[in-house]
Amino acid sequence: MRRLRFLIQKEFIQIFRNKALLPMMTLLPIIQLIILSNAASNEVKDVRIAVVDHDQSELSRALSNKIVANDRFSLLAAPFNKKEALDLMQLDEVDIVLEVPHDFEKQLYRGEAPQLQTLVNAINGQQATVGSGYLNGIIGSLNKEIRRNEPLFFSGLPKHNEPVVVTSNNWYNPELDYPHFMAPGILAELTALLTIVLTAMNTVREREIGTIEQINVTPIKKWEFILGKLVPFLCLGLVLLTVGLIASKLIFDIPIRGNIGLIFAYAVVNLICVLGFGLLISNFAETQQQAIFVAFFFVLIFVLMCGLFTPIDSMPKWAQYATIPNPLAHFISVSRKVLLKGSGLADIKMEFVYTIILALLFNAAAVWSYKKQE
Amino acid sequence: MFKVFMAFVRKEFYHILRDKRTLLILFGMPLAQVLIFGYAVTNEFKDARIDVLDYAKDETSEQYINHLQSSGNFIVRKVLASQKDMEAGMKAGKTKLVVSIPENFSEDFYAGSPTQIQVITDGSDPNNANTLVQYLTEMTRSFQQMKRNESPNPYSIHVASRMLYNPQLASAYNFVPGTIALILLIICAMLTSLTIAKEKEIGTMEILLVSPLSPLLIILGKVAPYALLSFGNAVIVILIGFFVFDVPVLGSTVLLLGMCFLYVFTALSLGIFISTTVKTQQEAMMKSLMGLMMPSMLLSGFIFPLASMPVVLEYIGKIIPATYFIRILKGVMLRGVGLNFILFEVGVLLMMTLGFLLLSWRNFKIRLE
Repeated sequence: MRRLRFLIQKEFIQIFRNKALLPMMTLLPIIQLIILSNAASNEVKDVRIAVVDHDQSELSRALSNKIVANDRFSLLAAPFNKKEALDLMQLDEVDIVLEVPHDFEKQLYRGEAPQLQTLVNAINGQQATVGSGYLNGIIGSLNKEIRRNEPLFFSGLPKHNEPVVVTSNNWYNPELDYPHFMAPGILAELTALLTIVLTAMNTVREREIGTIEQINVTPIKKWEFILGKLVPFLCLGLVLLTVGLIASKLIFDIPIRGNIGLIFAYAVVNLICVLGFGLLISNFAETQQQAIFVAFFFVLIFVLMCGLFTPIDSMPKWAQYATIPNPLAHFISVSRKVLLKGSGLADIKMEFVYTIILALLFNAAAVWSYKKQE
Repeated sequence: MFKVFMAFVRKEFYHILRDKRTLLILFGMPLAQVLIFGYAVTNEFKDARIDVLDYAKDETSEQYINHLQSSGNFIVRKVLASQKDMEAGMKAGKTKLVVSIPENFSEDFYAGSPTQIQVITDGSDPNNANTLVQYLTEMTRSFQQMKRNESPNPYSIHVASRMLYNPQLASAYNFVPGTIALILLIICAMLTSLTIAKEKEIGTMEILLVSPLSPLLIILGKVAPYALLSFGNAVIVILIGFFVFDVPVLGSTVLLLGMCFLYVFTALSLGIFISTTVKTQQEAMMKSLMGLMMPSMLLSGFIFPLASMPVVLEYIGKIIPATYFIRILKGVMLRGVGLNFILFEVGVLLMMTLGFLLLSWRNFKIRLE
């Protein structure tokens, strides 16, 4: 036990001696937390539109004005022909081109159901759908307005039934704040990411510099060595998590509805798991460069498939199963559930079970693969 | 001099080629990334599990629920007995939304009186909540039209939308350019900063500095193999995009490859610049990983639209090389534009490359302290 204590002490000294590393480990994640939580929104707030108005009537101008008045749209240009508008789209200056046909107003009053033509830049399919959805909404409300303002004219129409209204109520996050959703996830991701990469580089660094020889000639047991590497980084990870939690509480006012102890209890298990994984990589790598790349390879897959940016539920079935051995996915799920929804132990027991199994597997493999004699 | 330089480049190449594991990762990473982005990562919502609280319990409400399921967007997980049961499914993350159908739904529905469908969403995921409510509203509207036999009003304006450049709304069109930008950046900038940092850390930099080659050539020699490798990677990603995900290359291929080359230069100069500011590989890794990878992924318009971000972030996005490169790629590959349409972006990348090189030149120390 005494041996272990000294080993841990030595690791701590090594970490604190590295003056460049410390601020990077504390400041960078906080900056990232602030920036990324704000960045990661799929809302479409600004649709750039060009209106080609062939009609130049009262109605077509009313339509243009309605679009300009909507703060989601900015009218970039009103070119006279379609070619000009399409050039703007080629240049990526506008997202939607709206073309109003000749006789637009006349057609409406003749009951010919005039058609507007929109051309949407659909390279990003989701944004295209949302953007044209907004525009359809505006045109729908213009339709209603026309009917309301000219009741005499349209009195001959059949009376329309009341539509069924869908009213929604958002639990846990009534304002639908994005940072509330992103911050807990990013926090979990940063904590895991940093600790994986740092441990992955750790043992192999000692091997590259040659200091590992000195440890190998001591009577330290394999599991002691692994544990000695694990504990300091575990502490670092917990500090990072604490600082991050405080920061996100202060900056984004994310709610902490559940038991904060539960988060930390889970974080300990999760960190042990990812640290074991990092050490495993370190044992197999020959150089630091190799370690980083292997670590990076897995981190990339972990991050893309952890449900941080895109929901796991939308993935194909095989990909959903592939998230089970992904410790990040569980960490993010737990931190979102406990912080935002106030979920209890019963709600996150599967995450616990999976992570404990993974932690045992990774660490056993790390102890087994660490060779004292080359 | 040229012969010595070529020998040096060859030596560096052997170094890389000998390291089979890194090589495997170098080529495996883009492959894995493209395939994951192509198959697994999607913003669409399919099969969202929802709970239903049906107070009406009659034929119409049943038909309505069936109609919701028929779209493929929703799967009813559970029919709840009372309001108290709503929370359990939400807290465990098993349900995304609860639809509550009022008691006299059927009566009001056919009478054309005002009716309300109450929806409670899991707001902890705003994207999800928004989209699902949109789907549900759409499904409700179509149910109404179907059941009530409503005829379209001739006195109204209609819209015909055409989706340009990506009529199938495939997400691959968006992620293939992004993936290329990300991979080129990571491989060029990260590997370059690491290799130079490694020489410093192990102490072999001194040996290199006393060699007959000038420091500039040494760095060029170290960087050249990575440039070629990552260029090869970019081509692989474009090919996978083309053959597996049907992402076209509408513009000139020569222009596309030229642009990739320009961006490789930008990334390399960035990597060199990072290496001049660090002492150890660990530092280099932290700087390139934390400082480059995440911002390039998130603030370049790759995953999230730049225009929707707070103004500060939009400006940060504007100093990230990947932002411009992604715009170039989308222009050349998907909109088929020529050089005259992307002059601004090309100019910015050139300026950035020049800037990084000048900064590294200033920082580079020929003598070790």
